[in-house]
Amino acid sequence: MNDELVSMPYAARLRAAWDGDVTWSFRHSPVAIVSAVVMLVCVVAAVFAPWLAPSNPYDLASLNLLDSLSPPLWETGGKAGYLLGTDDQGRDVLSTIMYGARVSLMVGIASVLLAVVVGVGLGLLAGYVGGRTDAAIMRVADVQLSFPAILIALLIDGVARAVLPHESHGELALVVLILAIAASNWVQYARTVRGSTMVEKNKEYVQAARVIGVAPIGIMRRHLLPNVLGPVLVLATINIATAIITEATLSFLGVGVPPTQPSLGTLIRVGNDYLFSGEWWITVFPGAALVIMVLSTNLLGDWLRDALNPKLR
Amino acid sequence: MGHPGIAATVATVAAVLALAAAPVAGKTLRWTSQGDILTFDPMAQNESLNNTFSDYVYEGLVRYNKQFVPEPALATSWTRLDASTWRFALRRNVKFHDGAPLTADDVVFSFERILKPASNMKVYAQGVKEVRKVDDYTVDVVTDGPNPVLLRQFVDAKIMNKAWAVKNNVVNPQNYAQKEESFAARNTNGTGPFMLKSREPDVRTVLVANPGWWDRLEGNLTEIVYLPIKADATRAAALVSGEVDLVLDPPTQDIPRLRQNAQVKIVDGSETRIIFLGFDQWRDETPYASVKGKNPFKDKRVRQALYQAIDVEAIKRATMRGLSVTTGSMIAPQVSGYTEDTSRRLPFDSAAARRLLADAGYGDGLEFTLDCPNNRYINDEEICQAIVAMWARIGVRARLNAMPRATYFQKIQKFDTSAYLLGWATATFDALYTLQSLIHSVDPKGGADGNFNLGKYSNPKADELIGRIKTEVDDARRNAMIREVLQIHAADIGHIPLHQQVIPWAMRSNVSAYHRADNRLDARWIRID
Repeated sequence: MNDELVSMPYAARLRAAWDGDVTWSFRHSPVAIVSAVVMLVCVVAAVFAPWLAPSNPYDLASLNLLDSLSPPLWETGGKAGYLLGTDDQGRDVLSTIMYGARVSLMVGIASVLLAVVVGVGLGLLAGYVGGRTDAAIMRVADVQLSFPAILIALLIDGVARAVLPHESHGELALVVLILAIAASNWVQYARTVRGSTMVEKNKEYVQAARVIGVAPIGIMRRHLLPNVLGPVLVLATINIATAIITEATLSFLGVGVPPTQPSLGTLIRVGNDYLFSGEWWITVFPGAALVIMVLSTNLLGDWLRDALNPKLR
Repeated sequence: MGHPGIAATVATVAAVLALAAAPVAGKTLRWTSQGDILTFDPMAQNESLNNTFSDYVYEGLVRYNKQFVPEPALATSWTRLDASTWRFALRRNVKFHDGAPLTADDVVFSFERILKPASNMKVYAQGVKEVRKVDDYTVDVVTDGPNPVLLRQFVDAKIMNKAWAVKNNVVNPQNYAQKEESFAARNTNGTGPFMLKSREPDVRTVLVANPGWWDRLEGNLTEIVYLPIKADATRAAALVSGEVDLVLDPPTQDIPRLRQNAQVKIVDGSETRIIFLGFDQWRDETPYASVKGKNPFKDKRVRQALYQAIDVEAIKRATMRGLSVTTGSMIAPQVSGYTEDTSRRLPFDSAAARRLLADAGYGDGLEFTLDCPNNRYINDEEICQAIVAMWARIGVRARLNAMPRATYFQKIQKFDTSAYLLGWATATFDALYTLQSLIHSVDPKGGADGNFNLGKYSNPKADELIGRIKTEVDDARRNAMIREVLQIHAADIGHIPLHQQVIPWAMRSNVSAYHRADNRLDARWIRID
C-alpha cells in the first residue's frame, strides 16, 4: 500500500485518484464515454422530467381519451404533440417514459445505496471482528444467497402488502419496493467487503493503528473502509442496473409501483396488453428506454472495474 | 390350452369397457376468461361466471331453452292450483352425482337454503312463502301473491341434495362476503350434466360429463377445463396457439386481429349487462372521501355533476373500441319492460357539471376513492381510469382502487365503499329482477330486496311500485310501472349507467357454441368437431 497516499487527507486523495489512471483510462475508452453520455442524458431527462417532458402524465385533467392509442408521429395517424404516440388513456408515451425512468432510477439508486450501507457495514464488522459475529452474519448471508434475489424481493413485497392496510399501498409501494430490493442485494457487498477486510486487517498500517490505540470503530472507518471500497464501487454501479431490472420485473409482475405512478416496468406491463393488436409503441419504447439505461450503466460499470483493477491494465 | 369361457368373458368385458369408454374418449373444451369462479356453492354468489358453473353441476326445477323460455328440467310439469299456489311434479329416476335419488325433500330443503340469511340468491326465490312436500315426487310452492315471473326465477334456484348437505355440514350457504370457507364451496353434488372433478383456484377447474344424467347433451362435450387468464395478451395468444378452445371475453383490442385468423371464429352478441357506477347514499359521512361531517353523494347535484362529466361516447370509441351500447337505463333492450324513452342519457357537459359541483359547495374540489374490479368486466379498470381522468377535469380528484374480483365483491357486498363500478345482467330477462336487486331499498332483514343496492339508494315511491310489480299479472299495467320506476330512478340519479356490454365470444373454428345474452357459456349446446 502506498503510505504517502494513505497519509493524505481524504479530499486530496480523491483528487489524486481523479488526476491519475482512472481519468486517463476514461479518456481513452470510447465505450465509457458514449455510455456515460447516454447515462447522463437518461438521468437529466428523468430528473428534470417535470420541466422537460411535453406533458405531465400524472395530471389526469390534461388527458383526453379521444387522443388515446395514437401512433408515433412518423406513422400514419400520428398526432402532433405526441412524438412517440399515446397509450390507452391518452397519455403521451414520451412523457410517461421520462416520468417512469425517474421512478426506476430513484428505486435503483436508493435501493443500491441502502444495500451498500448495510452490506459494507456488516461486511466490515464480520471481517474485522471475526469469530461468532462473523459466523452469524455470514450464515445469514449464505442462507439468503441460496434464494434468487427476485424471490426474496417478491416475498418481502407480498408480506408488506398483507400486513399494511390496503389504503396505504399506493403511498408506501415505493418504500417497500426499495426495501425489498435492498434486502435482496446487501449480501454481495457484505461478502466482498468481508474478504477484503480480512486481507487488509493483517497489514502493517492496520497493526500500526492498533498499536497506537485507535479504537476498532475508528480503524474500520478511517483505515479499512477506504481500502475496501474499490470493488464495492464497481459492484454498486453494476447493481444499479440489476436493481432497475428487478424493479421493472416486480412492476411487470404487478407487485411493484402502482399504475397511477408508472415506472418503466409498469409501462411495459400495461403496453403488453396491446402488443398483439398492433399498438406496439406503448410497450416497445419504454422497453427500449429500459434497455438503453441498463446497458449504459452496465458498460460504465465494466469500464470502472477494468480501470480500478491494476492487473487488467 | 386356455379356457374358452375365460377368453369369452375377457372379450365381453373388453367390449363393455370399450363401449363405456367410447364417450369418454370424446371432446374436451378448454375455455378461459379473465377471472376465476368465486365459489361452487350454488347459493353463495349471484355472479354470472359463478352461475355458469352452477348450471353445469346443478339444475333447477326448470331451465332455459334457446329462446330463453323456461322448459321442464327437474320438474316435468306444473299447474297453478290458485293464484298463489303452484304444484310441481318432479322428474322420476333423477340421481345426484353421488347416486342418491332426487325427492321432494331435496326440493323443500333447497328452497329453505336459498332463503337463508347468508344466501346471495334470494332474488330467485322472491315471493316464495313456502315450499311444501305433497308426496315424494310432488311439491307445492306457495307465493305471496300471483307471480308472473316465478318460472324464470326458478331457473337459477338450484336443487341440492339434503342428505349430502346435512352430512357435510353445509345446510347454510357459504357467507361469501364474510370470507367464510365451506365444504360446498369446493365440493359439489348436483344432478346436472357435469361433475366437478378437480379444482385449483385461479389455475384450473376440471369437470367431466355425468354418465347418469337424465337428459342427453345436444353437443358432444365429455370434459370441461376452465383456465382463468388475467392478462389480455396472454388470453388472446392462448386461443391463437390452440392452448384454449374458447375465450368468453376476448380483449377488445385483439378482436379485429382475431377476425382475420382462419383458425378462429368470432360469435358476435350483446349481453344484457349494464355497467354503471354507484355511490354511498346512506351514511351521514362517507368513509372514503375528503369531506368530513357530511356525505357529498347524498346531494343529487354532486351525483348529476359526476354523471354529466363522463363522456361515455369517448369511452365507447377509445376504451371499448365500439363494443358497447351507451345507455341511460339500468336494463338492456332484450329485457322485458324496457322502453326506449327511459334509456336517454343526460348530456355530457363539463361546464354544467362544474356549475352543479359549485352549487353543491364543492367548487374547490372533492376527493374520494372509486372502487373498481380489474378482472370482472370488459376493460373494467380502463373504464375506471378514463372516468377518473374525466372527473379530474371538473375538479374531482378520485383515487382509483382497482382490485381482483374476489376481494372486490367481498368489500363492496359489505357496503364498505363510497363509490364503485358494477355490472348487472338481468338473469331472468325480466326487469323486476334488476329493479328489485339494484333500485329497491335494502331489506334490513337481508332479504332479496336491494341485495345488490350497494350504495343503499332509496325512494319510497319506487319501493311501492316494485312491490306492486311483483304480483301484477297484467302486462300493460306491469310495464307501465316498470317504466315509472326507471323514470324515478333516472330523475334521482340513483346510479350512473354507462353502457351495455357487447360481448363477442372467440373460439377455435372447430367449436360451435350458442351465444347467450346472459353471457353464460351453456355446455349443453357446445360441439367440437
